[in-house]
Amino acid sequence: MAKRSAPGPLEYLRRWQMQAWLAAVAIFLYAPLIALMAFSFNDSRRNIVWKGFTLKYYDKAFHDTSLIEAFSNSLTIAAISTVISVALGAMVALALWRFRFPGKTVLDGALALPIVVPEICMGVAMLVFFARVMPWPQGMVWPLNLGAIIISHVSFSFPFVAVVVRARMTSFNREMEEAARDLGAGEWRTIMDVILPHMAPSLVAGALLAFTLSLDDFVITFFTAGPDTVTFPVKVYSMVRFSVTPEVNAASTILIVLTVILTAAALKLQGNTAATAGHGGDGK
Amino acid sequence: MEQSWKQAKAVFAGALGPPLFWLVLFFLVPLAIVWAYSFGHNNGLVDIAITGTFKNYARAIEPLYLKIFVKSAWVAAITTGLCLVIGFPVALAITFASEKAKTWLLLLIMLPFWTNLLIRTYALIAVLRTEGYVNMGLEWIWKGGGLVGALLGLQPIGDYRPLELLHNNFAVVLGLVYVHLPFMVLPLYSALDRLDKSLLEASLDLGAGHIRTLFKVVVPLALPGIASGVLITFIPALGAYLTPDLLGGPDSQMIANVIERQFKRANDWPFGAALSFLLMYLTFIAIAVQAVLSRKAPEAK
Repeated sequence: MAKRSAPGPLEYLRRWQMQAWLAAVAIFLYAPLIALMAFSFNDSRRNIVWKGFTLKYYDKAFHDTSLIEAFSNSLTIAAISTVISVALGAMVALALWRFRFPGKTVLDGALALPIVVPEICMGVAMLVFFARVMPWPQGMVWPLNLGAIIISHVSFSFPFVAVVVRARMTSFNREMEEAARDLGAGEWRTIMDVILPHMAPSLVAGALLAFTLSLDDFVITFFTAGPDTVTFPVKVYSMVRFSVTPEVNAASTILIVLTVILTAAALKLQGNTAATAGHGGDGK
Repeated sequence: MEQSWKQAKAVFAGALGPPLFWLVLFFLVPLAIVWAYSFGHNNGLVDIAITGTFKNYARAIEPLYLKIFVKSAWVAAITTGLCLVIGFPVALAITFASEKAKTWLLLLIMLPFWTNLLIRTYALIAVLRTEGYVNMGLEWIWKGGGLVGALLGLQPIGDYRPLELLHNNFAVVLGLVYVHLPFMVLPLYSALDRLDKSLLEASLDLGAGHIRTLFKVVVPLALPGIASGVLITFIPALGAYLTPDLLGGPDSQMIANVIERQFKRANDWPFGAALSFLLMYLTFIAIAVQAVLSRKAPEAK
């Protein structure tokens, strides 16, 4: 309240030093990305001096079948793993919110593990698991051949969904549930008609989070992917190792735009909490 | 109040069963297998005998690998420190911004965070490589300087030699800071946002300068938030794989790169398993330290 009327001293944003600092940070964060996007339209392979506007690298990227395949693999994996993650995350959040049971703290801790364990450790665990314990059958039809990757993506994203949903459930008034019961609704009706509508915004936020996490993941996919199941980040990785080419710029630009759209959607739906959800839950 | 699970066993089992099953089978079991492998040795090409040996751990603390652990911790610590120094003013600015500016500033910080890690690393490569934009800019300045020098009748300064900005430790730290800055800013912001602003005003009213207020009032009060920001930045930086792999040179590999090599090219899974569990223990130690510190913080006041 006082913020607006308060004069000077605490309005750090109005000081030029602070503005210069923020501008420097913004340049640091955005200049590489903007350069990357701008030069995807540059009509020069050397990719450094502006030679004129072209869309030919987009054309090339769209006709590169392996790139398209990797991109559609990534989207498919993200979509399927999001659906499973949201279901599992909502279920475990519901169980933890509603019941007390022996071993609850242990489950709480175990659920935090996929969030804190270093990616590389989880990656090798998945590699070992799918190599020795549960070999994923080779040569299955699409999208079943992506099963191993989908499973490992669900494993690291559903705990994030659970964090988001649990945060939302703290604001649920338990009397509503009792009222529904009193009015004769059974368990199933109560969950579907009373609890789920309250959960809904967090389910959307959790879904967007799971989708982005899946789309973003490189390390764990790198360890679980077979030679015929390449995802977009894995594909870009092999292209980047090779050289810096405008096709990669074009493909990256498409993914950045997709991400910006998803983020905007998340912000529209949930306010700032959605954007910070993956994070707020992280360390706590 | 929470219900006892006995009151609605069917609902309880239905809600908890599938996620628990998934967590155990597709997360805990794989980790347990890696853990078991870390006490085994290679028996031929694919067979691993779990013998309960500590040989792998003994090998992991040999100077060669110990050095890489220490180095990874150093790189992660430097990264965290830089993120803190760069991020703190940003978090402060967001905290005291107007509602509208706040939303935009948060978005400014978050958007790169949501962008694919590989793409961000790739963007940095394009900026830093010898024919990248940084070197181009420096060359331009160099030539301009040479021209001015020539006009003033000085010796010609010779051709511009591009700086090697990629494939060294500098690039790794820069890349890690670039990637992890949002991890630091957000917890800092959420800690600063909860501060009682009147305390700051009081400090300023009573004649303390901004710097003094910052170190005597803001930092002590925001200490738990700072600790959690440090932790959230340090852990992923410690286990970073992609950044040292793509931006680093032969001498800048971190622990994750060594683990990857054991599981892929070197094909020594038991040793790789031991290394990855050591990395995991380090992570847990970091979390435990933070937990202890944040519990202590309220008493310190």
